[in-house]
Amino acid sequence: MRITPEVVERVARLSRLELTAEEIATFAAQLSSILEYFARLDRLPTEGVEPTSHALRITNVFRDDQVTPSLPVEDVVAMAPQAHEGFVVVPRVLEAEE
Amino acid sequence: MEFETVIGLEIHVQLLTQSKMFCGCSTRFGAPPNTQTCPVCLGLPGSLPVINRRAVELGLRAALVLNCTVHPTSQFHRKNYYYPDLPKNYQISQYQYLEHPPLGTDGYLDVEVDGVRRRVGIRRVHLEEDTGKLVHPEDGTVSWVDYNRSGVPLMEIVTYPDLRSPQEAKAFLLKLRQVLQYAEVSTGRMEEGTLRCDANVSLRRPGEPLGTRTEVKNMNSLRSVERALSYEVARQREVLERGGAVVQETRHWDERRGVTFASRSKEEAEDYRYFPEPDLVPVEVSPEWLEEIRRTLPELPDARRDRLMAQYGLSRYDAELLVQTRATADFFEAAVAAHPSPKAIANWMLGDLTAYLNEHNLEIEQLRTTPSQLAELVRLVEDGTISGRIAKDVLVEMLQTGEGARSIVDRRGLVQIADEKALRETVDAVIRDHPEPVKDVQAGKEKAIAFLVGQVMRRTQGRANPALVQRLLRERLGLPTGS
Amino acid sequence: MKELVGRPYHELRPRLGKDFSVGELVEAYLQTLEALEPHVRAYLTVTAEEARQQARALDRRLAAGESLPPLAGMPVALKDNLCTRGVRTTCGSRILESFVPPYDATAVRRLREAGAVVLGKTNLDEFAMGSSTENSGFFPTRNPWDLDYVPGGSSGGSAAAVAAGEALAALGSDTGGSIRQPASLCGVVGLKPTYGRVSRYGLVAFASSLDQIGPLALDVHDCALVLQVISGHDPHDSTSVDLPVPDFAAALEGGVRGVRVGLPTEFFGEGLQPEVRQAVLDAVRVLEGLGARVEEVHLPTLEYALPTYYLIACAEASSNLARYDGVAYGYRSPRARDLYTLYSRTRAEGFGPEVKRRIMLGTFALSAGYYEGFYKKAQQVRTLVRRDFDRCFQEVDVLAAPTSPVAGFRLGERTADPLQMYLADVYTIPVNLAGLPGISVPCGFAGGLPVGLQLVGRPFDEATLLRVAHAYQQATDWHRRRCPLRRG
Repeated sequence: MRITPEVVERVARLSRLELTAEEIATFAAQLSSILEYFARLDRLPTEGVEPTSHALRITNVFRDDQVTPSLPVEDVVAMAPQAHEGFVVVPRVLEAEE
Repeated sequence: MEFETVIGLEIHVQLLTQSKMFCGCSTRFGAPPNTQTCPVCLGLPGSLPVINRRAVELGLRAALVLNCTVHPTSQFHRKNYYYPDLPKNYQISQYQYLEHPPLGTDGYLDVEVDGVRRRVGIRRVHLEEDTGKLVHPEDGTVSWVDYNRSGVPLMEIVTYPDLRSPQEAKAFLLKLRQVLQYAEVSTGRMEEGTLRCDANVSLRRPGEPLGTRTEVKNMNSLRSVERALSYEVARQREVLERGGAVVQETRHWDERRGVTFASRSKEEAEDYRYFPEPDLVPVEVSPEWLEEIRRTLPELPDARRDRLMAQYGLSRYDAELLVQTRATADFFEAAVAAHPSPKAIANWMLGDLTAYLNEHNLEIEQLRTTPSQLAELVRLVEDGTISGRIAKDVLVEMLQTGEGARSIVDRRGLVQIADEKALRETVDAVIRDHPEPVKDVQAGKEKAIAFLVGQVMRRTQGRANPALVQRLLRERLGLPTGS
Repeated sequence: MKELVGRPYHELRPRLGKDFSVGELVEAYLQTLEALEPHVRAYLTVTAEEARQQARALDRRLAAGESLPPLAGMPVALKDNLCTRGVRTTCGSRILESFVPPYDATAVRRLREAGAVVLGKTNLDEFAMGSSTENSGFFPTRNPWDLDYVPGGSSGGSAAAVAAGEALAALGSDTGGSIRQPASLCGVVGLKPTYGRVSRYGLVAFASSLDQIGPLALDVHDCALVLQVISGHDPHDSTSVDLPVPDFAAALEGGVRGVRVGLPTEFFGEGLQPEVRQAVLDAVRVLEGLGARVEEVHLPTLEYALPTYYLIACAEASSNLARYDGVAYGYRSPRARDLYTLYSRTRAEGFGPEVKRRIMLGTFALSAGYYEGFYKKAQQVRTLVRRDFDRCFQEVDVLAAPTSPVAGFRLGERTADPLQMYLADVYTIPVNLAGLPGISVPCGFAGGLPVGLQLVGRPFDEATLLRVAHAYQQATDWHRRRCPLRRG
């Protein structure tokens, strides 16, 4: 399966990874050969086979609607790269603008 | 050109749980930023979600009151996209088109607008987690994130494009809020943020296939919904009448300027890469569980309205108003149980009581006055102890202080004067003091008698029984008392 | 006290508080750690002072005559993708280089409550993605048996630490073989429990439907002791099963008479190093000699397991790793100009190439137009792989196979070709796909490097695995060999 640099760029955008031109080329080649190897899966007929979407056959695992202690805000702030009065700070997020 | 408006709504309601969808943090509104978070709702490395059973129950209640088909198995999926209010950069939600359907599908809600009944189809109802909140401070270089709201349980309700006007859309939202409030699923208030709504709008000529639609977002109140949709419909009509084509896009409603505008176009459509959530196992709704939930549902608004009409002889209009909220309907029925005068009680509730609540911006649940206290007031009027006029004042005092009717009447000496002998004196005095109106009455101007009645009422501080005053005046003036 | 190092805990425990204190045991390990770390580099973070404090507290309890919990004083190492409250947890990645979790993983909490003394956090392939620990964002770990060779991965640090005497036991994680393969390459015992047996809460997720935490130890008995403590239902993990935990130590005795051992033909085909094949078959003969019945079985879907695994694992990983975005925790790029570059540069700078490769592979497999052909297809093949195993277990009680196709490879030998590296896990991957329990025990050497025998059992039948493996160890002494580094 041929993965072109354009495909790599699109996937990199979806994954929020900034890649250099060299990386794009390298990944394109590597992903192509990996997917080519993976293509052997097409040889195996899977008509009507249920996908294993869950590793276990259990259902209805719930918790009760009880409030349990939250983390102290100091812990949250301590982990944040940038914080301000309890908020986590990020570069300006542009809302819809004209 | 005749165009038909086609509107579908996508609504998110916050469910009435104590704790979040996948963790035990409180859902209480208004806490200081990031004081109601934990590894799970912060999306810390290694954290895992666990489903809140109550949220599922409320989702099932909603599915039932919206007449949906509830599916025996449903599961959660991941919706993958990047945004700072989404800690894991995926939202745990339920997606319709993978192997398992969401919680409920293909329901309906009946709505009435200007006498026209419309059955609005509900395409699906599903559960998901809310995102955190972004704050954009004045200084334009940064934004702030508060994760208290992250993980709060939401239900998404998507309608079929069955609405035919902005008014219908508003009526639908009111009805939805009412029904969800009755079922104690959500308070459903746009102003409080417990109900959010986006709309899909298109126009078509009758009989033709659906036109290109736009998505309208950022409507923050029922009024904005009506205004925004009206604007968008007019805008699309204008485009089509010009011979142009409507562009499929997302449009933001600007409340201040009263317009929708196309939001920044994205380079490409978002690919959410849905797949089943591997950290959660499927939810199985057995017939027994569903039945148990169905049994705990309250009587719904339409059914209650019909019953009130039948049981108490109320008009449809009055009954509709009394079932606006469950608390109002409960109050009404409790009052009638204390004193069986449904029409009088309805009048008092829909008149003076409602006026008071509106004036003071209160909900009926916030009153100290109890249904039996209102019932007592009505009884005092009916048995002649006080006049209707006096009762209005008594009611206000009752509402202000929570004191009972009888207690106020006794304390303030408001008992109606129904003693003929006592009244005759006042009647005579009034006749004596107002010769002109008396002449008018005797000359045939019946209306002047109202003035005389008023004078007697004034001299008795409103405590005279008005009917009795009428009769005495007429007797004195030699008029027939039958009228 | 140096002679304390390298003895299994079950032998030391009766002497604890009599012949030596907890403090002495822990100190002996810390000294070995200090001496050998410059060569092995198994650890990313050493928590020596905390360890000494914990040891002192335990000795005080001993002196007061208290009876101690099951793993009291056991010096353990924890793979650095297990959250430890107040202790840096990097996952072998620069994107979490300074991340300090505010909570403990459930398995870690249970170990602590059982009295284990944590010596530190061990090196791993970044986010557990790799088979050699060379993908660590910091430095590679070396195999204590030959420092030019890899220790395996991704739990290379944990395996090397136990092999070198820098920890008595360790926790690792296994998604496609990451406990078993390094255990095999380092000559120690490593067990991956059945999926759902051990809580994943606090294990930084790589592939949610495949990840499991498990023990690495000097012998099967110690392995059973650690497994006992960490196993069991956890309300914080919806995928942890609510089943009773058997007494694993009690299950050790019983021997193998009558146990049916299956040899899957496909696991002994091309690509298997001849000396490894020999060592494994010799081990099977030992089992036969002890009374086990050996027969041939078939797992025809083996050739499809690797692509199936990688498509599923990478898809899940691409989603699990989306949260590393520089927003609320972890590294944030100084070159972030706006929201988009906050994400794209943080992740570009914070992740290594293998992680990026897998994220992109996974994103691709889930993307519109490819979901059906890749991700869904892989999940369907996964069902077929499970059915293959189910069929085998109708005939036999355990499967026996090599853990790794080769006894080892040198640092740098496979780093140029990702696919070559992926093939290192060809025998371990199918077990994760089927969610089954698997163990690797030392069974010989090839060119001076340890060889591992892999046993695979029925779901939740760790007891039989441990019994068979224990019987094997009673009859052999591979597990008593110690690496030259220690002897020096």
